[in-house]
Amino acid sequence: MISSAVLRGIGSLARTRTAFTAPLAVRCYSHAKVETDEEFDSRWVTYFSKPDLDTWELRKGMNTLIGYDLVPEPKILDSALRACRRLNDLASAIRILEAVKDKSGPHKEIYPYVIQELRPTLQELGISTPEELGIHKV
Amino acid sequence: MFTCTVSPTRSLSLSLSLSFHSPPTRVFSRSVSVNSPSRDIRIKLCTFFPPCIFLFVILSSLSSCLRKTMLHVTAGRIAGLLSRRGGAAFSSSSSRMASHGHVGVTEQADMSVPLYCDRLDTPLPDRPYKDTLSAADESLKQKEKGPWNSLSKEEKLTLYRMMFNETYAEMKKPTGEWKTVWGGIFFFIGLTGLVVLWQTHYVYPPQPPTFEDEWQAMQVKRMLDMRVNPVEGFSAKWDYEKGQWK
Repeated sequence: MISSAVLRGIGSLARTRTAFTAPLAVRCYSHAKVETDEEFDSRWVTYFSKPDLDTWELRKGMNTLIGYDLVPEPKILDSALRACRRLNDLASAIRILEAVKDKSGPHKEIYPYVIQELRPTLQELGISTPEELGIHKV
Repeated sequence: MFTCTVSPTRSLSLSLSLSFHSPPTRVFSRSVSVNSPSRDIRIKLCTFFPPCIFLFVILSSLSSCLRKTMLHVTAGRIAGLLSRRGGAAFSSSSSRMASHGHVGVTEQADMSVPLYCDRLDTPLPDRPYKDTLSAADESLKQKEKGPWNSLSKEEKLTLYRMMFNETYAEMKKPTGEWKTVWGGIFFFIGLTGLVVLWQTHYVYPPQPPTFEDEWQAMQVKRMLDMRVNPVEGFSAKWDYEKGQWK
């Protein structure tokens, strides 16, 4: 926007060039396709749903997901918890719940919502929340 | 008129004629140090030393405050650079000794195997915390392969502690490091103050006579007699009829 204005100014000072008198609506954004939220969610649900997911892939997926600037949707977490069950890893399942609470940061309403959504899965798989085990505080 | 004598052993002395016919000035005929060479070195050292301590304080507090962030590396490097410039003699030789395998050196971690780390942004580290399991741990691990509903709370906790060292709550607990930082800052500021006090007594040359109250009074009278800034400044504030400040 600044560059086009400057160019237009220079164009008026020198000769008028058709290339510089382009309409304001043409902006210089990237042409890459932006992934929608649903596409992102389903991609990650598919990732964790792989039947022969190994421990490295679980760890890599979780660490990458936590690295993003977002709190994962309950359906992604459900898929990840089921992957923990397939790998017989209860500790990682509890760790994932702790990580979700940490990711919510100051937004204290996110974690109770996520737990509420995951409650059927937690009961089915027998995963205790950090609060139930008492490790949510020092 | 006034005469000006410069000698290497005595301070610059101005023999002024106090008749107020000429303004007090100094003749900068040549750039000669007014102090003795030894005093010169002392002055240079002592003016350099306190700012050095101060900078070191600020940087060490910076580096300790930013220990957990990426800026730690830059702050540490800057501190290292400055301390090296400040005095090579003061640098510790412990780092050099460590590479020669002397007694009392800490063991270095084997970087060729996956390491465990407690990090908020890495919920699942590269390896479990406890990798050598006792027989009881092994049997618990076997039980983990069955339905988790059959595990008690204590068993779940044991499994967690086998896999991880600190919980998220323990990782996030406050360290009280800020007390050390502030304490260090105040301590070194105080130390700097003591150094400056010592300097004022042992290093600084005697105060010029122009600082004395009598001289200042005579100077003010002279400035008023000269009508310095009579319109809006100095003499404008003096009431010449009443002989007092307005």
